[in-house]
Amino acid sequence: MAELTYREAVIEGIAQEMRRDNKVVFLGEDIGKAGGVFKATVGLWDEFGDLRVRDTPISEQAILGAAMGAAMTGLRPIAEIMFSDFLAVCWDIVTNQIAKSRYMTGGQVDVPLVIRTANGGGVRFGAQHSQSVENWAMMIPGIKVVVPSTPADVKGLLAAAIRDPDPVIFFEQKALYATKGEVPDGEHVDEIGKAKVVREGDDVTILALALMVPRALEAADRLQAEVGISANVVDIRSLVPLDTQTIIQQVQKTARVVTVEENPRLCGWGAEIVSIIAEECFYDLDMPIVRITTPHIPLSSADELEDEMIPSADRIFETVRREVD
Amino acid sequence: MVKKATAKKKTQEKSMAKKAWLNDDIGEENRLTMWRLQLEVRHVEQRLHDLFFQNLIKGTSHLAIGQEAISAGFGAAMRQDDYTFCTYRGHAHTLVRGASMTGMIGELMGKECGMLKGKGGSMHLTDVEKGAMGSYAIIGAHLPIAAGAAWQAQYNKTGQIAACFFGDGATNIGAFHEALNFAVIWNLPVVYVCENNLYMEYTPISEVTAVEHPAADRACAYGLPSIIVDGNDADAVFRVAMTAFDKARAGGGPSLIEAKTYRYSGHSRADPATYRPDGELDEWMKKDPIPMYRQRLLDFGVKEDVVSSIEEAVLKAVDEATEEAKASPPPPLESAYTDVWADGGVSWRN
Repeated sequence: MAELTYREAVIEGIAQEMRRDNKVVFLGEDIGKAGGVFKATVGLWDEFGDLRVRDTPISEQAILGAAMGAAMTGLRPIAEIMFSDFLAVCWDIVTNQIAKSRYMTGGQVDVPLVIRTANGGGVRFGAQHSQSVENWAMMIPGIKVVVPSTPADVKGLLAAAIRDPDPVIFFEQKALYATKGEVPDGEHVDEIGKAKVVREGDDVTILALALMVPRALEAADRLQAEVGISANVVDIRSLVPLDTQTIIQQVQKTARVVTVEENPRLCGWGAEIVSIIAEECFYDLDMPIVRITTPHIPLSSADELEDEMIPSADRIFETVRREVD
Repeated sequence: MVKKATAKKKTQEKSMAKKAWLNDDIGEENRLTMWRLQLEVRHVEQRLHDLFFQNLIKGTSHLAIGQEAISAGFGAAMRQDDYTFCTYRGHAHTLVRGASMTGMIGELMGKECGMLKGKGGSMHLTDVEKGAMGSYAIIGAHLPIAAGAAWQAQYNKTGQIAACFFGDGATNIGAFHEALNFAVIWNLPVVYVCENNLYMEYTPISEVTAVEHPAADRACAYGLPSIIVDGNDADAVFRVAMTAFDKARAGGGPSLIEAKTYRYSGHSRADPATYRPDGELDEWMKKDPIPMYRQRLLDFGVKEDVVSSIEEAVLKAVDEATEEAKASPPPPLESAYTDVWADGGVSWRN
């Protein structure tokens, strides 16, 4: 095991796969010589060179379109969209083209590519550079949606995404880039579509994603220490495919469930999971399901305002304590 | 006697001259191919039109009647392993790559024999095995996608090219400009072909475009030469295609070609094209690529029976394909639940 930052795990995941497979190529804005605006691609251009690590103009449709065309014809491209908010300017390529081509052509077209993008808030960038848009991607048939919270998951799930025969959007939480964690040595490949119980508990299950996972864990520790509530924390990790088996098992274990979502309220991933729980294990519940989300308001940039909006460990702690008592 | 000999000599000279015309840089074989391809496009499109009005085809369709010389000229110039990317007006470009007529007609009729199993329809015709990499129905989307296929060819040094066809309307959308710039800076083997049929949908392209030639006048912005070709002349199209393909294969980068043409029908099935000035269609029909090409073949010394036999064979093939498609059952309902993912399934959960 080595301790890596979340951003170093991105670099390691890409490098591992580029060393393994010549078909893996990487394109995006400032990813090459500059090493990425989040420094999450430093060294890749030095190792793999101009032909495999290619800087692009600020042309998101061209980036994703080129990735798609290359994937359809045999390469394994990784495309970076610098901020997930920018997906809005190339959403046609994602939703109409990449996601639907296999189906619309009766299975003729393969699009094995990965779109990596920096998602989420907590870094005071304001409403156009801080959104959590994983739910945009989740609602399109034909694209896998992976959202890691730890360096080990970044490396393992990114490697799995690159090897996946289907298109994957890989949301990296930008406030997590500097966080550290243990990453297995040697080749590390995880499995997409598996949630992970990251803290065992008996009284309530907290379902969380990305930045909300460490906040849920912090809240869980305080719940145990301060009020004796034993919280079970599940890192969803992958929205599509969704590990409903693990989710339902964990909900049945604790009979109480809270989702913690960074996205604004309406149509957040938690709503979908809540509806599945309601349909499939309603009678196992001892308490109405609670969703903790960012309010349905664009994010502000000022420290106090952004912190007010995005669910904090305090808010998770207070909400769970109030609802479970 | 002397007179007779002179006449015979003259006939011989004339015949040799015709042979020389026919076997120029294009040659007889390519010309007969283009003749066949133009006819296939014309008759399949005409048949699709008829099937619509018999209510055997639903939804919409966008016909290329009048524009056949472009798909035929480029199609004949392409290598088998080259890539075609086209638009929702893409029956022609898919057909000229050798896609099955039955598969195409069946797809529009929503039959099991459809080339997309009934899941795509008129606007998404694709035959990957033939290099027809898809018909794209969101304007401009496929220009960067074609660049990506060309990137693969460049990366793997395969010598393939990607040919990307789009209408004049696409020149005013962002993806056109992103793709052109991108293809040039990466020096990609992609050939962009604007089929300028004078109307974006219902509005004349000239009313909504800052320049006279919507593609060619933009070429200079990307450091490319301005290339305009008569899109109703398959020979002219073939020559410009070969030049662009050779350049791309030799590492010379992309080209942007504007082919001037005209569509005889409206934008789509729903459009009677009443917005066109009186007489405009008649003027263009005088330049109909098909009778013009037929006459050229005869002028070049191809025998009438050779020309006619190709016509008859195409009509027969279209008839047979139509009957096959009509006889095919609708797709089985369970087929709706396949093909979302690479494993063939549709599941998003465990």
